[in-house]
Amino acid sequence: MDELDGNAAAGLLQQIFGGEMTTVAATCATCGTTAPIGESVLYAGGPGTVIRCRSCDGVLIVITQVRGTYCMDLMGIRSM
Amino acid sequence: MAGTAVPRRLTWEVATVTAVMPETPSVRTIALDAPSWPGHRAGQHLDVRLTADDGYTAERSYSIAAAADDPLAITVERLDDGEVSPYLTEDVHAGDQLEIRGPVGGYFAWETADGGPLLLVGGGSGIVPLRAILRQREHSGSDTPVKLLYSARTPADLIYRDELDVHHDGVEIIYTITREQPAGWTGYTRRVDGALLAETVWPAGKTPLAFVCGPTSFVETVAGGLVALGYEPGRVKTERFGGTGGR
Amino acid sequence: MSPISHGFRRRHAVPEGAADRVPPGQYVTDGFPVLSAGPTPHTPLADWTFSIRRGSATLKSWSWQEFQALPAEMVTVDIHCVTRWSKLDTEWRGVSVDTLLEQVEHDAAYVMAFSDGGYTTNLPLADVTGGKARVAFNYAGAPLEPEHGGPARLLVPHLYFWKSAKWVRGLELMDEDRPGFWETYGYNMYGDPWREQRYQGD
Repeated sequence: MDELDGNAAAGLLQQIFGGEMTTVAATCATCGTTAPIGESVLYAGGPGTVIRCRSCDGVLIVITQVRGTYCMDLMGIRSM
Repeated sequence: MAGTAVPRRLTWEVATVTAVMPETPSVRTIALDAPSWPGHRAGQHLDVRLTADDGYTAERSYSIAAAADDPLAITVERLDDGEVSPYLTEDVHAGDQLEIRGPVGGYFAWETADGGPLLLVGGGSGIVPLRAILRQREHSGSDTPVKLLYSARTPADLIYRDELDVHHDGVEIIYTITREQPAGWTGYTRRVDGALLAETVWPAGKTPLAFVCGPTSFVETVAGGLVALGYEPGRVKTERFGGTGGR
Repeated sequence: MSPISHGFRRRHAVPEGAADRVPPGQYVTDGFPVLSAGPTPHTPLADWTFSIRRGSATLKSWSWQEFQALPAEMVTVDIHCVTRWSKLDTEWRGVSVDTLLEQVEHDAAYVMAFSDGGYTTNLPLADVTGGKARVAFNYAGAPLEPEHGGPARLLVPHLYFWKSAKWVRGLELMDEDRPGFWETYGYNMYGDPWREQRYQGD
């Protein structure tokens, strides 16, 4: 299975955040690598969307949609 | 028609299909009219949502095939086991409505002011956002030098071939096909690898700006190859399509 | 109100005669979608273990060889993913969780299944015993492929398939229920497809 990158979540992220997110440089809380969210590894199509650090696979962002409301966890990002 | 850099409340809106144009036997361009479209940048994409009459929905992302001042259009490749692409490439007609959300994707976008020299590398339907960038360059009168390396299975699979074959100053197009070796073919006939990149791309010393788009494995091979040639990782933009085509 | 996309339909509807096997809101697929929260792990079998833990203590652990020596059974079950696809008559071979839990003394009421890569999912003890759950290592007559959870995954077909943790490495015994990965982000703590318990509060 070919993983996508953060670009494929651009619409979802912009709808939730209200702004462009793929250009945002996020620092991974697990390994400290900083990279644009557009370059991160995306796992989607399952119960939710998981965005992971391309360097260490650490979780950056988890997004689910529960009865129309988005639930988002950014705990994997140390800073943006 | 500016304003595309301004973040706006992104939501689904209804667009009307104004025309459908075949590009190859399995690829079709769909022209759209979306009344509240704010404009877009070359390289961006939009999301499409289909709703069946029992409420079932499916969403996919498709790159915008148009430059910033072109009418809105997407180009879709039919995937045999696809759920959405067969509908978009076979069943949709002018007058139909589609729900779209966009434009999105500021990371993989090019504006004239971003400069170059530009290296565009596309695999299969990865050519779509790169064609938008090429058109943007042309429409804006930019003289940024461009090399486009485009890989497809066969010559018949080269999307926008007629348009790409028109010569423009400062633009070099390099084709490679991977499944045939037709008589009279003057392009490459193999998968893009480090050696092919070394023969064709801008030298790293020119600090090129690269956009690489296509299936994930293609993007990984090309991006890795460019960095191995000395390209600055921060100047190699990547956009991965799943499997053989769409996202 | 979303406009209807005329002529668009989901790929597979409910097959003739199978309506009572398909929970509400599901459609039947011939394929076997691969959906993950992270990269496919590739733990070598020589390093693989299945453990029963309580807190930080490992009560019992099996190597792959020891695990393969346990009694295993073939089952044919229907599976239901919360993303709305269902697959009927899937064939698996695995070790019953009863066989594993019989080897430890405990009074736990819940378990947290944990996997390579960090995935977790919680289940009541009653839902992984009494023949309801297995640790499966064969699918459709062949060793379970990594993309589908191999070398071994939990198989709990009476609940939504996110509870059938891929790449499972053990069960942590718990006194109280605690949310696992998807449960933390809004998915139902139990997940009964017949009551359509997809999200918290359903």
